[in-house]
Amino acid sequence: MDLIDLVEREQMKTDLPQFAPGDTVKIHVRIKEGDKERIQIFQGVVIRKKKGQLRSSFTVRKVSYGVGVERTFPLHSPVVGKIEVVQPGRVRRAKLYYLRGLKGKAARIQRRTVMEKPETPEESQG
Amino acid sequence: MIGLIGKKLGMTQVFDAVGSLVGVTVLQAGPCTVVQTRTSPRDGYGAVQLGFDERPLRRAPKPLQGHLKKAGEKAFALLREFPVADPGVFQVGQRISAELFHPGEYVDVTGTSKGKGFQGGVRRWNYWGGPMSHGSMFHRAPGSIGASSDPSRVWPGHHMPGHMGHDRVTALSLLVVGVQPERHLLLIRGSVPGPRGGYVLIRPAVKKPQGARAARA
Repeated sequence: MDLIDLVEREQMKTDLPQFAPGDTVKIHVRIKEGDKERIQIFQGVVIRKKKGQLRSSFTVRKVSYGVGVERTFPLHSPVVGKIEVVQPGRVRRAKLYYLRGLKGKAARIQRRTVMEKPETPEESQG
Repeated sequence: MIGLIGKKLGMTQVFDAVGSLVGVTVLQAGPCTVVQTRTSPRDGYGAVQLGFDERPLRRAPKPLQGHLKKAGEKAFALLREFPVADPGVFQVGQRISAELFHPGEYVDVTGTSKGKGFQGGVRRWNYWGGPMSHGSMFHRAPGSIGASSDPSRVWPGHHMPGHMGHDRVTALSLLVVGVQPERHLLLIRGSVPGPRGGYVLIRPAVKKPQGARAARA
C-alpha cells in the first residue's frame, strides 16, 4: 500500500488552506472553454469533507435563485484553484446534511471566532 | 513484442491532463530478468523466458538452479515465456523494466481472477431464479437443464452451479496512464483481474494497432 501512497502523493497539493465544515468558502473553479481558460467562483457552505489522500473531496452547498445547489470538488483537483474562507462557521457536526431541509433564516450558520494561529493566515474578514 | 511480469498492488485514482479523475490499477511491473531465449532452429519457435520477483537461489529446486544460474545467481517466484519474432536481440541475464511501456499505449493484462468458491447458477451464470415469496417454492434452483427423452441427456457445456473464479482472465486494451520506471510501477486505467498481490502478465494490446505505438516511440 505504501507504493500506492507514493503514487497519490505526487499529485497532492501541499498549500491547501485550512477550512472545515460550516465555513463559507469561495472556490475558484478553472473552466476551459475551447482554448480559453477562465475562473468561475462558487461560493457556499462546506457541508462535508471526505478524507483519503489524493481521493479527498469536499462538498459546497449554496442556494441559487431559490434552488439548492451542491457541488462536490476533489480536494486536490487541478480544476480547483484558490479556496478562500469567507466566514468560518460554528457547527457541531462534521456532515451538515441537515442544511438541506432548512431554508432562509434557519439555514444560517453562526460565525466561529477564530483564534489567532501563526500557521493559518486568515483571509478577509468577510 | 515482449511483455512483462508484474504484481497487482491495488487501485487508486489520479488526475489526468484535463484534470479529470481516472480510476487506475497500480501494477508493480518488473524488473524482469531474461532467463532463457528460445530460437527457432533449436526450439522450433522464438520466445524469451522472463523471471520476476527475485528469490534466493537456494530456494529453487536443484534442477531449476542449474537452469537459473545461466542468468545470474537469483531464483524467481515466476518464470514465463513471451513469444517474440527475434529472440536474438535479448541476452540471457538482461533486465527488462517498466520503461517498455509508455503513457498513452494500450496493454492486455492477464491474471488469475479472485476465487469465488462453489457458486449457484444465479451468481455464476446470471440465472434469474424465482420469487422469494408469494407462495413460490422455486427460489434459486437452476430449473430445467434440458428436454426429455429426446435427447435423453444434457447438452455438453450446459451452465450449472460449480466452481467460480480463480480462472486465467485477460483484460484487453487497457490504457497506460502512467509509467514510473524508477519505482517499477505502471498505472493502468480501470481494473485488472485478480486480488492485490496477484501476479499478472502485461503485454501490448493485441486489438490495438502496433503502428501507433511505433510512431510514438
